[in-house]
Amino acid sequence: METWQRLKRNLGELWKSFRGNRMGLIGLGLVLSALAVAILAPWLTPYHPQQVIRDENGRGLTFAPPAVHPPLGTDDGGHDVWAQLVYGARISLTVGFLAGFIAMFVGSFFGILAGYFGGWLDNLLMRVTDVLLVIPDLPLMLVLVATIRQMQLKISPLTILILVIGLLYWTSTARLVRSQVLSIKERQFVARARAIGASHAHIIRKHILPQVMPLIVANTVLILSTAILIESGLAFLGLGDPTKPSWGTMLNFAFDRNAISNGAWWFYLPPGLAIVWVSLGCVLLGNVLEEMLNPRLSGHHLEGEAHIVKLGEAE
Amino acid sequence: MRAVIGRNVKISAEVQQSLREQFGLDKPVFPDQFLMTMKQWASGNLGVSWSLRRPVAEILLSKLWNTILLIGLGQVLAIFFGVILGLLAGWKRKTALDTGALIFSLIAWATPTFWLGIILLAAGSTWLGLPTGGILSPQNVGKPLYTVLPDLAVHLILPTLTLTILYLGEYMLIMRSSIVETLSEDYILTAKAKGLNQWQILWRHALKNAMLPIVTIIALNLGFTVSGAIYIETVFSYDGLGKLFQTALTKQDYPLLQGAFLLLAVSVIVANMLADILYTLLDPRVKAT
Repeated sequence: METWQRLKRNLGELWKSFRGNRMGLIGLGLVLSALAVAILAPWLTPYHPQQVIRDENGRGLTFAPPAVHPPLGTDDGGHDVWAQLVYGARISLTVGFLAGFIAMFVGSFFGILAGYFGGWLDNLLMRVTDVLLVIPDLPLMLVLVATIRQMQLKISPLTILILVIGLLYWTSTARLVRSQVLSIKERQFVARARAIGASHAHIIRKHILPQVMPLIVANTVLILSTAILIESGLAFLGLGDPTKPSWGTMLNFAFDRNAISNGAWWFYLPPGLAIVWVSLGCVLLGNVLEEMLNPRLSGHHLEGEAHIVKLGEAE
Repeated sequence: MRAVIGRNVKISAEVQQSLREQFGLDKPVFPDQFLMTMKQWASGNLGVSWSLRRPVAEILLSKLWNTILLIGLGQVLAIFFGVILGLLAGWKRKTALDTGALIFSLIAWATPTFWLGIILLAAGSTWLGLPTGGILSPQNVGKPLYTVLPDLAVHLILPTLTLTILYLGEYMLIMRSSIVETLSEDYILTAKAKGLNQWQILWRHALKNAMLPIVTIIALNLGFTVSGAIYIETVFSYDGLGKLFQTALTKQDYPLLQGAFLLLAVSVIVANMLADILYTLLDPRVKAT
């Protein structure tokens, strides 16, 4: 109960300082509006994404421009592009968010354990993150996704995407959390808790976790943008689920089915804009949150403006 | 195996069996096939591609230079413009130029590589009449390189532009924060006290020191650049390693896929090592460990 009230108070203070930050507000707006579209998809369009739109003679309307079939025209198969876009938001955001959360959980888990206990566990973690840091991530993911699909394990393609993205992008979170835990565990209140006989589990839960939590949240928002971008990329390269098209899958279809040579800009522009919309929102939001919450960034050397020579006045 | 026989269902059982034996696929994956591959790799043999029926190393080598040309050109341009813009943004802090540079780099970061490629492809081919893909026009394939340079250049414009736009933002941001930091150093104050004008300070004292982080970023970025090459080569049907990788993936040509992955991973790791060594040479304050 007490923890909850403290959290509420902290959130209230956070919101007060967040409110004044224009970049952060824009980011929040972008992310929330995309979420709203995903949730409200059935109410935003009368069509189903796989439904073929026909003209009065019963022929399918293929590559109909927005002027003929508002608001965003149709694709090569006569499907409504706007309907695909709003339903695609559900797929893109679900994959991105789930993958991001997996990365957050795995990263925080290993980060806290490695930072708190140190020793061989810490060594192992640092070496694993070193390896994952240098191996080019897209080829690795392509190989992994393709290999897992090849095994025909009865896992849906989207689940494979979520797992592969989530289990490869936890390293930055782990490193960040680890370095934070390293400094927290040296502080007085942790030594005192240990002196009165608190267990490791108690110290981690009551003293370490509340301190690193804000940092984890900020980092997760940043990871989300990466996850959404990489999902779109893998889907564009044909590794999405064609029966559940995300924005990346839409671009894959548009590119493969000659939307460009047919001049069907209404097919390939909107999905890309939607991806930029969400990932830009997450980056703005995440950067602002990180600035506000990351103790290592506050009191940054860049803020010591008094010391900077004003070159403009040098003459 | 499906890659070779999958599309040809009428292949008889005996032929299937002999193909399996030929590629060693009748043995268990672990340890037999794994050890066989490792032994081959150790002796420099990357195996034979299933779909192209040619040695993997030979195929990779024939595509390598195309990719190096594309990535190299894009990186050099991105670094050049990124450093200049970052220098200006860091120097003229909190002006419209600085804010504009920041917003540009954020948007560039949030834009999917392949989508920017698609847009530039559509715009460039519709309004500027630029080629829609490939490295050379069909009639120029096979001619000596120096006779077709203008054609090559025209084909390179759009893919290079895509790479440059996307990677410029990051170099700019790094350069900006680096120059801001450098300008707060004591030796800049000394230079100012000596009565040097602002260009001399910026050029002789600030730029050289502020360039250091760029070296690390170039190497770290290489993995990121490889991803960019896969997307861009796919969009522009550019005949390099990235497109080869994507083809091997869709054709389930595993020896080719393994070989391409090995080449990409090793080159990124080697580049990182070189950057570390270069860094200790450039900055005497960093000691090699």
